[in-house]
Amino acid sequence: MNQTNRSILDKQVEATIGTLLRTGVIVSALFVLTGGILYLTRYASSPIDYRLFHGEPSDLRSISGILNDALAFHSRGIIQFGLLLLIATPVARVAFMVFAFAYVRDWIYVLITLIVLALLVYSLGPWHL
Amino acid sequence: MVIVPLLTLAFGVDMRYAIGASLISVIATSSGSAAAYVKEGYSNIRVGIFLEIATTLGALAGAFVAVYLRFSVIAVILGLVLLYSAYVSFRPPGGGPGGGRPDPIASLLNMDGTLPTPEGPKPYHVYRVPAGFSLMFVAGALSGLLGIGSGAIKVLAMDRLMRLPFKVSTTTSNFMIGVTAAASAGVYLNRGYIDPGLAMPVMLGVLGGSLAGSYVLSSANVRLLRLVFSTVIAALGFEMIFNGCTGRFGP
Repeated sequence: MNQTNRSILDKQVEATIGTLLRTGVIVSALFVLTGGILYLTRYASSPIDYRLFHGEPSDLRSISGILNDALAFHSRGIIQFGLLLLIATPVARVAFMVFAFAYVRDWIYVLITLIVLALLVYSLGPWHL
Repeated sequence: MVIVPLLTLAFGVDMRYAIGASLISVIATSSGSAAAYVKEGYSNIRVGIFLEIATTLGALAGAFVAVYLRFSVIAVILGLVLLYSAYVSFRPPGGGPGGGRPDPIASLLNMDGTLPTPEGPKPYHVYRVPAGFSLMFVAGALSGLLGIGSGAIKVLAMDRLMRLPFKVSTTTSNFMIGVTAAASAGVYLNRGYIDPGLAMPVMLGVLGGSLAGSYVLSSANVRLLRLVFSTVIAALGFEMIFNGCTGRFGP
């Protein structure tokens, strides 16, 4: 591929990445905000002491637990779902880049991007506890 | 980068919660401002994704090691990184040792790019890929250990070692920070270190700031920004080291 084609492609990929990241951040912020408002209306009068570490309950640690909590309309679950979406946003960017590199048959970069994606999926999984 | 010192020193928040909330703020800042940077076309996505292998591996390693370290040790390491960031940001960019040949690995991986300038695209080469890759692993490890973006070290690797143009280094680093922090955040979420009640105000506050900041970056007084940034970071660095050594974070 010549330099001009490559830079045009890179521009398109970058534009899509920009939209993807912006959308991810806005959507996750909306969930966090909604959950936060619910949380404050319910628990504003009972402050939590963050000087002591308790660790989150198991339902706020795993993807399935967070989904269940959010669907049950628990305020902390909704915030945590928003945070999970935020963490997933850069992961989605990497996943998109796998397709972008595959589209231009840049197989070395498909491989490189897949390695990064695998590491990210590994980090989010429960298997390393 | 200032979130962990702020939460632990000013509000007395437990180090684990503070690191969890900080990672969330790092992802929000990176993704929020990347959306604005991307239009300018400075970032080098090939260099970025290649180095993300090193940063995500480092982040996982750092996040795993963090469990076995005392808070006082983590506080002192964070303090040293803050001091170092303050020092680095105070030096003018682009002072890396000159000479040498562009790295053949960079040519093989098609990493060389062009910098948009008012006179049209200006091509640049990429140097010392293995050295940059190694330093990126360190940057990732510090990110996973301390809950920071390690932007200063990432820029150091790309600007000084790999000799990318400064704007390319900073914008590419910004992309990589989100991916690095996501790897660490996954581990911290599984461990129960990310608390929704604490991360919520931190994320929303930081997002507002980063959206505002990225729009004024191109017109901002860089020298003044650097001075303010360095001073704040250095002060927090000394505070973290002092409090770590005097056992405020526990033995």
